[in-house]
Formats: sequence, C-alpha cells, structure tokens
Amino acid sequence: MARRFTWFNATSLTLGFAFLYLPILLVVLYSFNASQLVTVWGGFSGRWYGALLRNDALREAAWVTLRVAFLSATVATFLGTLAAVALTRYGRFSGRTLFTGMIYAPMVMPEVITGLSLLLLFVAVGLDRGFWTVTIAHTTFTMCFVTVVVQSRLITFDRSLEEAAMDLGATPLRAFLSVTLPLIAPAVAAGFLLAFTLSMDDLVIASFTSGPGATTLPMRIYSQVRLGVTPEINAAATLLIAFVTLGVTAAALLTKRAAQTQARL
Amino acid sequence: MSRSGWRKRLARAAVILPPYAWLAAFFLLPFVIVLRISLSDPASAQPPYRPLFDWTGGWDALMAFLGALDLENFETLASDSLYWEAAISSVTIALVSTVLLLLIGYPVAYGMARAAPRLRPLLVALVILPFWTSFLIRVYAWIAILKPEGLLNQFLLALGLISDPLTILNTPTAVYIGVVYAYLPFMILPLYAALERLDWTLVEAAQDLGSPPWKAFWTVTLPLSLPGVVAGSLLCFIPIVGEFVVPDLLGGSDTLMIGRTLWSEFFSNRDWPLASAVAVVLLLIVVIPIVFYREIEARRWEAR
Repeated sequence: MARRFTWFNATSLTLGFAFLYLPILLVVLYSFNASQLVTVWGGFSGRWYGALLRNDALREAAWVTLRVAFLSATVATFLGTLAAVALTRYGRFSGRTLFTGMIYAPMVMPEVITGLSLLLLFVAVGLDRGFWTVTIAHTTFTMCFVTVVVQSRLITFDRSLEEAAMDLGATPLRAFLSVTLPLIAPAVAAGFLLAFTLSMDDLVIASFTSGPGATTLPMRIYSQVRLGVTPEINAAATLLIAFVTLGVTAAALLTKRAAQTQARL
Repeated sequence: MSRSGWRKRLARAAVILPPYAWLAAFFLLPFVIVLRISLSDPASAQPPYRPLFDWTGGWDALMAFLGALDLENFETLASDSLYWEAAISSVTIALVSTVLLLLIGYPVAYGMARAAPRLRPLLVALVILPFWTSFLIRVYAWIAILKPEGLLNQFLLALGLISDPLTILNTPTAVYIGVVYAYLPFMILPLYAALERLDWTLVEAAQDLGSPPWKAFWTVTLPLSLPGVVAGSLLCFIPIVGEFVVPDLLGGSDTLMIGRTLWSEFFSNRDWPLASAVAVVLLLIVVIPIVFYREIEARRWEAR
C-alpha cells in the first residue's frame, strides 16, 4: 500500500509545523508577560499593550504604514489586474517577453537591489523622498503578486460567458465590467489583501525609499530591535500578526467562495 | 482598417500600456541608473556621485562624459578581499541553507501530500500563514530564543543537557537557523505542488514488483518530484543570496553577506557608486540560476 499515511509522515508534519509555529507563539505569549525581562515569565498582563498605545512614535509609524499600504495596494490592484488581463487575453503582443520578465522578476529580486535602484531613480529625477516614494516603490513590487493571483483565476475562467454577453450586443468593455469583473472579484480582492500585507511588512525597500516624516512600522520596530528585545515590541508584533492572520483568512475565504460561485455556474 | 478593429486596438493599448509603462519606469529604468552610477566616481556632494548626465554640452560633452566612465568601482571590489569574501560567503550560506531547506521541507511536503484529501487545504493554509506573517517579526522571535540567557538555553539547562549556556546568537549557526525558518514555506509549497500531482500508482507498481520502499522513493518518487525540487530551491536560493535582515539581526559582525555589504556601503559609508557596483555583482549572481532554470524548463517542454 503506497497510499498509507505512515508514522513517519505524521512525525514530519508535527515537527515541521511545530518549527513553523513555536517562535511566533512565543512572541504572542511573551507580549502578555508582566515581567520587564523578556525571557522571564512574571504572570499575565496587558501592560505592554497600554505602553504601546502611549508610544507616539510607534503610533505615528503605524498610521504611515497603513496609509502607504492602502494606497499602494489600491494602485497595485488596478495595475496588476490589467497586467493579468493582458497576459491571459492578448496572447502575443510585441514586447511580451520583456513584459512577462518584468512581472516575475520583482518577486525574486533581492530587496536590497529593488530598494537601491528605486532610490537612485528618485534622486535622479529629483523627487523628494517620503510618503510618495515609499508608496510608488511598494506599488511596484506588490503589483506582480496581484497579477499572479488574478491571472491564475482568469486562466480557469469560462470565456463563453463573456462571449455570450458580446453576442447579445455588449461591447468588450461592458462585457468585462458586468460579466468578467464580478466573477473574478474575489481573486482581485485577495490580490489587494496580499499587496496590503506585503506593503505593511516591508522593511528593506521602505528603508531605502523613505524620507523624513515617513518612517514605517517595520523601520521603527527594526531600529528598536537593534537596541534590544522589548516586551513593547512583542505587543506590536502580536497586533501585526493578528492583523495579517485576519487579512489572509479573509483572502482565503474570498478565494474559496469564488471557486464555489464558479462551480455553481 | 474598420472602425471596430481600430477600437479593439485602442482597448488593447489601454489594458497593456499602464502596467507596462509603470514597470518600465519603476523597475527597468532604475536598473539602467544603477548600472550607470556603478560606473561613475563618488563625490562628496548631494547626491554623493558625479552628475548622471549633462545634456547642455552637446556632442563633445557626450564623448568626454563617456570617456569618464570607468570600471574603477569594480576594480575596487575585485581588489579588496572583503567583497570577495562577502560574495563567496553569501553564495555558500545560500547553497547550504537550500540543501538544509530541502532536507527539512521534503518530509513535510511529503507528509502533506499523503494526508487525507480533505485535510490538505487546511495544511496548505497552515504553511502559508507564517509566510505572510511579518518576516521581520519571525526573525526577531529567534533573538529571544537563541540569546545566551534565552529560552533555548534555559530549556537545555533545565533538562541538564548542557552545563553552560551555548553561544548561538551572533554566529553563523544563528543565521542558518533564521534563514531556514524564514524560507521554509517557500520550499514546502512547490514541493507539495509537485508531490500532490504525483501518480502514486507508479510507486505502488514499483513496490509490487519487489522494490523496497527506499528504492521506490529513490527511483520513482524523487525523480517525478524533481520540478518541485528545482523550483523550490531557486525560490529559496535567489532571495537568500541577497538577504539582509537575517544576517543583520542574528549574525555576528563577522557574518559577511553581500546584501549587508550593499546596505553598509550605502547607509554607513555613503559610497553610492560602490553600493551600485555591489548591486550589479549581486544581480549577476542571481541571474545565473534564473537563466539556468529557463534552460531546463525549455528543454523539458521540447522533450514532451
């Protein structure tokens, strides 16, 4: 029997998932630690969340991060969806190879290169570094992820629905907006959430492209971590983990619903 | 051309042009500028390099400008052993980590592919979740675990396995732990995708014909999952070569990695031309495996 689930399989799954989750759980656990010392358990307490709320610098950084993430994810979703449509619907067009390369390259490019090259561009054209440059940088590296998510949905999409709409007299734009877009909307929403999460999480690219007054949360956390581990950072990290978990769960549910809608048609 | 044909072309352009133009302006053009600045001299000005280009001087100025470009920064890189060591150690760390990731990721992906079909979506979600959880925080979590008075040492001391705390933080070992931890989902997912599609009746056939399990694995399962092995290895190797956060937070000052070198040339030494030259070298290191991968893929397609 080749299909049996063996003890070896069970053990490797348990160990693998324990390795993946224990460090994150420890951060969450120690964010509720009453003790000032990070590695000594002093009882359950919410004091670090209180301290976090009173920390103006962290609050400010969180606000910048949310604004950058929202704006860049919005633009990235628009551009990424267009790119996905171009790749799935317009077969061969001149420059397609370059286009495909530019879609996939940013996903594997070391962040230090993306960050440095964008910064040099901003300096060369005389753009002041700050909120807008971080937003442009994040749009650039997150739109590729949106494209991949939306593209995988468009590939399995039943084109006869679109053709039916056009046979009944709808223009291609009308057919796209009233038939295709509602059906791929969950994938578009999932792409938006992933872009949002990626932007919130980025340290390296933001460090290169940000300027005075636009310090993001990961940059603030990084500079505090360099000084030492603090329970306050554990609390901030826990909030960030909760946020991401909600976002990813929402994205997963949306994708699942999309698959069900498709199956019903 | 008919009216509708003209409108179709316009619609096409409206779909293709915006993302194309955006990527050309913010992804392709920046590389040209990096290349250009890597060939120029540093200057103690703001920005700290000689001007990009002087459009006012006409043809003669253009020729003088082109003549002033040189490979000085690359000569500096080649002559200073520090940069060589950083490049070699980045590639070594990335290679060893990729092998470790394969050894750890394969059994997990294998277990996932063997689990009951209704459990699999949940298992995939459980792998993806940490992947979306802040990279910085996942690396940060290991500081509290690995430091001398940290949780791992307390645990081992309490068990009586060691009598003195181990020094792990700020050593290469900590970098390996951090890298393997941070990139494990990248390795598991492509491996799982390959193993899940695998035709298990072939493995059964091998065993029915008397092949012991290890031999069935070695001659059937592993070769069939090779595309996943290659994809996962590249997905891990490429970003690890340029990794900055892990060596910076978990590694000691003696852990040289090229991403970290670029960062310090840029932020500490403010030598932008040299930082650009380091970026070009890193780009070359990264491009080689991608070209190699495309070559393999192309050959696989032809073989079909």
